[in-house]
Order: sequence, then structure tokens, then C-alpha cells
Amino acid sequence: MASSGAKKVRSKEKPGNSPAMLPTLTPSERVDLLRKMVLIRRFEQKAAQAFMQAKIRGFCHLYIGQEAVAVGSISTLHPTDAVITAYRDHGHALARGMSSRECMAELFGKITGCSRGKGGSMHFFSKEKHFHGGHGIVGGQTPLAAGIAFAQKYNGTGEVTVCYLGDGAVNQGAFHEALNLAALWKLPVIYVIENNEYSMGTHQSRSSAGYPLVKRADGYDMAGITANGNDVDDVREKMWDAVQLARTESLPSLVEIKTYRYRGHSMSDPGNYRTKEEIAERKKESEPISMFKERLYKEKVLTEKEYEEIERQSVAEAEDAIAFAEASAEPEVATVFEDIHAPEDQIAEFRPPIGS
Amino acid sequence: MAVITMREALNQALSEEMERDGRVILMGEEVAEYQGAYKVSSGLLQKFGAKRVLDTPISESGFAGLGVGAAMQGLRPVVEFMTWSFSMVAYDQIVNNAGAIRYMSGGQYSIPIVFRGSSGAGLQVGATHSHTPENWYANVPAMTVITPAFPDDAKGLLKSAIRSNNPVCFIENEKLYGFKGEVPEGDVLTTIGQARICREGSQVTLIANSASTHVALASAEQLAADGISAEVVDLRTIKPLDIPTILASVVKTSRVVIVEENKPFAGWGAQVAYEIQHRAFDSLDAPIERVTGLDVPQPYARVLEQAVMPSAERVTEAAKKTLG
Ligand SMILES: Cc1ncc(C[n+]2csc(CCOP(=O)(O)OP(=O)(O)O)c2C)c(N)n1
Ligand SMILES: [Mg+2]
Repeated sequence: MASSGAKKVRSKEKPGNSPAMLPTLTPSERVDLLRKMVLIRRFEQKAAQAFMQAKIRGFCHLYIGQEAVAVGSISTLHPTDAVITAYRDHGHALARGMSSRECMAELFGKITGCSRGKGGSMHFFSKEKHFHGGHGIVGGQTPLAAGIAFAQKYNGTGEVTVCYLGDGAVNQGAFHEALNLAALWKLPVIYVIENNEYSMGTHQSRSSAGYPLVKRADGYDMAGITANGNDVDDVREKMWDAVQLARTESLPSLVEIKTYRYRGHSMSDPGNYRTKEEIAERKKESEPISMFKERLYKEKVLTEKEYEEIERQSVAEAEDAIAFAEASAEPEVATVFEDIHAPEDQIAEFRPPIGS
Repeated sequence: MAVITMREALNQALSEEMERDGRVILMGEEVAEYQGAYKVSSGLLQKFGAKRVLDTPISESGFAGLGVGAAMQGLRPVVEFMTWSFSMVAYDQIVNNAGAIRYMSGGQYSIPIVFRGSSGAGLQVGATHSHTPENWYANVPAMTVITPAFPDDAKGLLKSAIRSNNPVCFIENEKLYGFKGEVPEGDVLTTIGQARICREGSQVTLIANSASTHVALASAEQLAADGISAEVVDLRTIKPLDIPTILASVVKTSRVVIVEENKPFAGWGAQVAYEIQHRAFDSLDAPIERVTGLDVPQPYARVLEQAVMPSAERVTEAAKKTLG
């Protein structure tokens, strides 16, 4: 892709040269990145199986192929920074440190799930982990992210917000309104376009005018940054610039990360709009897990044996999550009326909902 | 008569109307190359070409408004929302533009547009994807709101909707796409604004629409097994409401249960109940009962979602209550 018209970074003081340099990870921290990516892959594969067995229902969008994006970008954050994404949310939730158990249990609709079985695949939440959803409506999360960043700035906590969206979501009005607000009010938010080239069955060339998508940052005088989403190191490096800009100067940025999904749009999508060869080609070219694994071998921070152990542990964790979800209780029917209103402390309690 | 699915019936209606009138175009997400997220538009791109069957970006507000503009300029767009749950980002265009431009301009413009797509709950897709918005759109004065329950009506009503010179919200229910029924061949239109009695009975009237009609029919079976004769009225069109058909049934049975998938507060059933008590107060032998989706956001877990949905059991219980 031709180089973006968008400014690399807006600040005179290029954050890459500023004192806060991207921290060099220790070998074991680097191996942890790989471990997270493998865990997401195995979790998703188990989820796919459970979906085929009708233990998971509704829509289920897998993250397979995109693991380096969530893992690399979230690794640049503080634990109290905010993360928010769309419906393809399992990978971000796991990268954010939510447990495989609570995530799988949510997919199974169990009371032990991260949203008590009420949200399902598209609506994971963990306030504790500063993971603010899982949002089902395309683009719907983008103004929320501006609001979360607004509150962070308002409270002066120095935290930042990362908001993920797809290449299709850039054409929602809400996204443009959010970008303008974020730039106008200098909010510490990073919008990450996970460009996997397709929105459902529509290739990006048929859905968007104006490439690369990161150019949209220009119109709002916002930093525009691109990264290779198959390379977890590149994601880390580029995200770091954006995070520093938000953290130190309270400036938003738009980061376009090139990636690719290996599965259908959701479990219900037969994927007839692209060829098996296309997918195979992409895997061969730039499969993010093997790419990083090979690098770690070369760096001599990982042996094949250790990698096998990572695989074994990841499969075991995913299987444990399945077993936990299976063994967990269904929600009591009475819980259907819980969680509608927050308890009141200043006014009398609301009456229970009307209905039959 | 051919027995076809609701999906095929809708597809025939689109195809026949596009054939008949070159001003009819279809646009929406994945309607063309993907052949429709629910395959309702299958084959139409191949038949009518990319000039008339258009894949849009995920920009509901943009393409719904574009459709209204095209209608102002004389086209007859059919705008598909992949599901009606996604129409909310286009709400302003539907309500303020499609719904008011004719009036605001003193009648200078007609807005012959059809917004259509899938809706409904029960398939465990959670709170954001499960809306049944017929009551929201029925609240717009100029809007026609159609909610078919059977394939023949789906076809006949969609054809009428496309020929209507007014904005129409044509709200399909995902649970019914595979439902089969007899559909007359050829150019048969169903009149907008007429309910249909889909089961005759004498002791209680069950009034429903769309997927809820099938819930009401299942309840009527249960009631029959208990020796209770229920009449089922399928409204077909929420707006305009077929009040004469409703009243005739109420006069006959004196008891009413309204079945609707939408939430209770100002659901269309509240309006129907008002019309009945206002116009046929003396015919009623019991308070009108309503069975609706429960007043909570739609939950994902199956046990919870099933509790939220109107069920034949809940309708049967309500019907028995009216019988004392
Ligand atoms: C407002 C809205 N319109 C349509 C949909 C249906 N839908 C869900 S995902 C999707 C494609 C989104 O593609 P993209 O933004 O590229 O994200 P990806 O799925 O590739 O991660 C569509 C059309 C929706 N959920 N919300
Ligand atoms: Mg995409």
C-alpha cells in the first residue's frame, strides 16, 4: 500500500524519540506474548467445536489469524487502561487477561460467564479488567471509547483507551463523529482499525473509498499510523507511539493494522466470497504465530520443546475452560429480571418492570 | 399452488416487481454478491445487474437516507436492513426524512420507499440483535408497517408495499424465513391493512402478528385440547390497523389475548387494547390480556431468552384467565 498521506505522528516531539521508549521485553516476556497468541488460537478452535455441537448458539465470530493484533497492542498498555472492541471480542478479552473459563462460560450462556450468560459471544464485559465490551452494533463502540477517554482525561488518571474496529466499521457515521470529537477535545484514545480486508463477504475495495483507511486521520488532523498485524513486534512498536501520544500529550490517533481472518465472518458464514487458495496463501506468507515462533527460535529464547509445552498448556487451558463451562449452572430464570437498573441510593427504588 | 418458503416468497416478490418496474432498485449490505445475509435477494444481482442491486458499505444512516433522496427523485427503492436491529443507526432518516418530508413540504413529494429486513428474537443473538421494532415505526404518523406471518402474505404484501406511494417498514421475522406455505403463482397482491382470521373459534380471540401468530396458533391447539375454542387473528399489517376485523371477532368471543414479541410498554398491543375497549367495551366479558416479550433487554442464555419470549404456554394461561 502506498504510504499514507496521514502524518506519522502529529506532535513536533516524535514520541519515538521521546524519553519513554518502547521497553525491551525480557525473553520470558516475549515468550509470554507467543503464549497468549497460542492460547487465543486454541480457545477459538475449542469454541468452534462447541459451536458445531450446538453448545454455543447465536453468532460466534472467531479471531483466528488476528491474534497478534490484540496481543501486541494490549501488551503496550497499563492494566488500568481501557480496552473496547466490537463483536469479534474473544481475543481481546483473553489478551486483556480475562480468564478462559469466564469467557467460555459466557459462550455457553452459563451464570459463571463474564456477563452472567446475558451477553453471549458478542457482548463480553469485564469492568475489573477494564474491558468495556464486546459491542454488537458495527461502529457502536467508537463514541463510547471517546467517552471513556474523556472521563480518563477529566479524572486526570493518565490512563488511555484503545478502541478496536473493523475495516467495514469505518463507514459508520458514528465513527466519524467520534474521531472528530476525539481530535477536537484532544482525548487520549487510540482507534485501531483491524483491517482484515473483509466486512462479512465484502472486500474492502467494494466498501470504502479512500485508501489507505488510515488517511481518514488526516481529515481530523490526527496522527495516523500503520502496522503489520501479522508481526506482533511491529504491532507493539507502532502501538507504543500511539499510546505515548495519548498518555503524555492527550492526543488521539488512528492506527491501521493489516491483518487477515482465516475463518468465516462468523460460524454461520460459508465464506464463498474468497477462495481456499487465497486463505492458504496468506497463511503461508504471514501466519502470525509461526512467524513469531520462528523469530524466537532464531533469537534462541525458545526451543521446539518449550513451544510444544506452550501448545500443550494452551490446549489444556482451553479444554479446562470447556469443562468448566459445561459443569457450570444455567442461570436461574429469576435472574432475567436482574441487572436492569442499578440500585438507587438517593431516590426510592423503581418498581419492578411491567409486563405480563 | 406451489409450496415455498417465506424466503422464496419474498424473493419472488422482489424479482417480479423489479421485472415490472424499472424504477425499483434494491440496496443493502451483502444483498448482491453474497446473495443476501439471509438469502432473500438470492439471484437478483444475476437477473437485474449491479445497477439495480447494490451492495452498500455498513452505513445504514447513509444508504437509508440515500434511498429517501432517490425516492424524492422518482425511484422506488427497496432498502434492506440486514436486520432491523441495525435500522436504529438510521432512525433519523426513517423518522424525520421518510416519515415527514411529504407533510413538511405540503404534499410536494411522495416517498415511495420500502425499508425491509429480518427482525426478531429467539435465536440467542443477544440484546443488540434481537429487536422487534414494529411498535417503534408504527409511532411514525406517515409510516405503513407490515409484518407478515405466512409466505403468501409475505409475497402479496411486499408487492403491495413496493407499489405503495408511501414509506413502508416491511418487518420480516428471521424465525419464519424457512416456514413453508402455499403461494399463488403470478401477480397476486395482498391488500395492505387487512387482518386475516387464520383459525376460527368462538370463546376467545387471540390477536397476533408475524412469528407471534404461530405462537397463537400453537396455543389455540393447546386450548382446543382442553375444550376451549380460540379464534386467531393475524393482523398482517400493524399500521394501518384493521379495526373492523378485530372488532368482529371480539363481538363474537368477548375475550381477548394479544400476543406480541415486542416489549410491553407502548407495544402495538397496547394500542389494539385501547381500540377494543374504546369501541367494544360492552362486548368484553373479561379484561384484555397481553402476552409480550418481557420488559428486559434480550438475554443470550437459552433458558433466559425462552422465559422472555411469548410462548404458547403463556398465551394459553392468559386465555384461560379471560375465561375465569
Ligand atoms: C450497524 C450494523 N450493521 C450491520 C451489522 C451486521 N454486521 C456485523 S459484522 C459486519 C461486518 C463488519 O466488518 P468489519 O468492520 O470489517 O469487522 P470484521 O467482522 O471484519 O472484524 C456486519 C455487516 C451490525 N452488526 N451492525
Ligand atoms: Mg473486516
